[in-house]
Amino acid sequence: MTEKTLRKLNPLLMGGAFALGLSLSSQAQAEELRIGFLVPVTGIYAQIGKDMVDGFQLYLDQVEGKFGGADVKFIVEDEQGKPATAVLKASKLVGQDKVQMLVGGLLASTGYALAPESTREKILYIASIPSADDLTQRKLSEFPYFFRTGWTSSQPTQPLGQWACEQGYKKIITVAADYAFGYESVGGFQKVFEDCGGKIIQKIWPPLGTKDFGPYISTLKGDADAIFTLMVGPMALQFPKQLRGAGIKKPIVGGSVSYDEFALPFMGDEVVGDFSALQYSAALETPKNEAFVKAYRAKYGKVPGYYAESNYTTALLIDEAMKKAGGKWPGSEQFIKILSSLKVEAPRGPVSFDDMRNPVHNIYIKKVEKKKLFGYDKAELWNTVIKTYPNVSQFWTYGKDKFLKQPVYDRDFPPCKYCE
Amino acid sequence: MVSQQIKILMVVAALAVLVLVIPHTSSFVVLLATRALAFGILAMSLDILIGFTGLASLGQAAYFGVGAYLTAVLAAKFHFGVGWDFWLVVVFGVVAAALLAAFFGLFAIRASGVYFLMITLALGQCVWGLAYRWNSVTGGDNGLIIKARPDFGLNLADDVTFFFLVLGFFIVSMILMYVLVRSPFGRSLKGIRERELRMSMLGYNVWLHKYIAFVIAGAFGGLAGVLWAHTNGIVTPEDVVLTTSVDALLMVVLGGAGTLVGGAIGSAIVLLLREYLSTLVPWWQYVLGGVYVLTILYLPTGLMGIPKRIRQGLKRSDNKSIADLASARR
Repeated sequence: MTEKTLRKLNPLLMGGAFALGLSLSSQAQAEELRIGFLVPVTGIYAQIGKDMVDGFQLYLDQVEGKFGGADVKFIVEDEQGKPATAVLKASKLVGQDKVQMLVGGLLASTGYALAPESTREKILYIASIPSADDLTQRKLSEFPYFFRTGWTSSQPTQPLGQWACEQGYKKIITVAADYAFGYESVGGFQKVFEDCGGKIIQKIWPPLGTKDFGPYISTLKGDADAIFTLMVGPMALQFPKQLRGAGIKKPIVGGSVSYDEFALPFMGDEVVGDFSALQYSAALETPKNEAFVKAYRAKYGKVPGYYAESNYTTALLIDEAMKKAGGKWPGSEQFIKILSSLKVEAPRGPVSFDDMRNPVHNIYIKKVEKKKLFGYDKAELWNTVIKTYPNVSQFWTYGKDKFLKQPVYDRDFPPCKYCE
Repeated sequence: MVSQQIKILMVVAALAVLVLVIPHTSSFVVLLATRALAFGILAMSLDILIGFTGLASLGQAAYFGVGAYLTAVLAAKFHFGVGWDFWLVVVFGVVAAALLAAFFGLFAIRASGVYFLMITLALGQCVWGLAYRWNSVTGGDNGLIIKARPDFGLNLADDVTFFFLVLGFFIVSMILMYVLVRSPFGRSLKGIRERELRMSMLGYNVWLHKYIAFVIAGAFGGLAGVLWAHTNGIVTPEDVVLTTSVDALLMVVLGGAGTLVGGAIGSAIVLLLREYLSTLVPWWQYVLGGVYVLTILYLPTGLMGIPKRIRQGLKRSDNKSIADLASARR
């Protein structure tokens, strides 16, 4: 019944919204900025979705619901972790809610689903989490309304390859989740590590969601100096535990999300001393980050991970862009230009953008330590920053043109020259 | 026979309402209805197996996936199927799915009951694994994007035009399946559902009947996949995963197995609850769960069983009131 009445009401509502939009734009009063936020609210990714919403909401609350003077209408839609559902919900947000921009998405595939949708609808889509490399690399020209405030999968692992090489590691084994995100992360690491003189001697691909790593651990070659891992979700908890349990003491260098604060509180002391690299650590001792961590923890009862930070920073960027636009929605094209020109100080550090609409930000090499921080009275696991690579772009040091000539990182690219 | 005509009239009336109402709603509702129709074809194809042959399959998403991936690979890699050749893609999708079903059927039809369920589940997951792992062709977890819907004089990029196309396919599929299940072949399928042993003793080739039904169901699944790919503009392993098969199964059970239309109704209700209700309230999952539980508990024949139950209820109360009257007179 309600569905039917709603259906009847729809044309009326839409007409009303349209008329309202007209009257608002003709008058010079506070504008309404409607933001459609797509995250998984239900399903296995619901918890991550909540962190994403919380991050954005925290900033929105801090500025009392106004971006650059415009009232923000923040509409969250459940994309259920399914790309097809994300497309459908996007059309709802665009068609019914008349949003000016879409933000969010979690999985890389959702990013790939929403990017062409943004082209079709000629509406700005800001990817705060989806990190598929090619969205801002070889395929960007297909998506003129696409903008990224998050990262590319290989962006943090490329500096990590350099760092690992500088530590004197000669031979490394990679163990990474067997899907596109894993391929791109490993590819970036391998490329830089081998260009620096290191050798990847074995690549192991456990399927996404692997719980028992026993069969993989027993095949690890003995002469490796370290192990590179890229673990997602529960895998991140299991792998270090089982590796140490098997008596292997080799250092772990973890790709991006392997030691994110999202999983860190559930890990045991066996991960102390493990390394990882990402554009954010909750243990960054800057005033901006300390304030963010404290505010987030006070409100939501947990330490923010990168899922929360990335969306907090996205909100910050939209706010700054709206301020520059004078509190008025300037249209998608103009807004993208403003966003690209921004330089802000975020919890993760300074953020600016390259000419392919991807952030240039610091990449932190982090080491898990158990310590007290920010005046909290309990010793907890924190990702202490031990080295900062400042202003890292998605192309690392290769330069855009040279980088884009090579194919996207894949399961077999770069090829494993030193595997047998 | 009269009641059969009334049923057909009701379906026609429902479709007419769709034609009249949907184009005047928002693009979201149009897209939602398009999805329900495309998925409805899949659910109906599964109903041929569950409702008419008595084979509960958990692998129907495999054929759906073959249709969808074929469409996406041709469009993304070869730029094929974006003009009039869309019709060729439809044919290819149907044929490819039928061929896969013909291959899988060789393994699956040997088993029955729970074993059939498990074999189809395993075979379906093989297709999922291929979609997930065969990166160079399927794009792996990232999926494949179809940049634009076909344009052959009729531009399908317009959601309403595309809706009518899918509706057309839906109606044609429904008629074909209806004819199929009412044909002598369909009746012998029902015979197999009721008592397989007797059918084989009567001289029917039970294996062949089941096999053909399996292939036909796969073919319609492929058609649904082709339409599904263009509805969303992206194909990912999510479309082939087990839950898609389970969804189709639940839709058939919800709507009423052995009714064809039931699958379509189930598809409409599930998608409506999942995609529309979820834009209104956060507790939509409880509603969906509640609908499932109540249907299984009180309507074992599905939502399509409601009219019959009402009629039976009325008859019973009629009889009762006549009896009351009689006893009162005495």
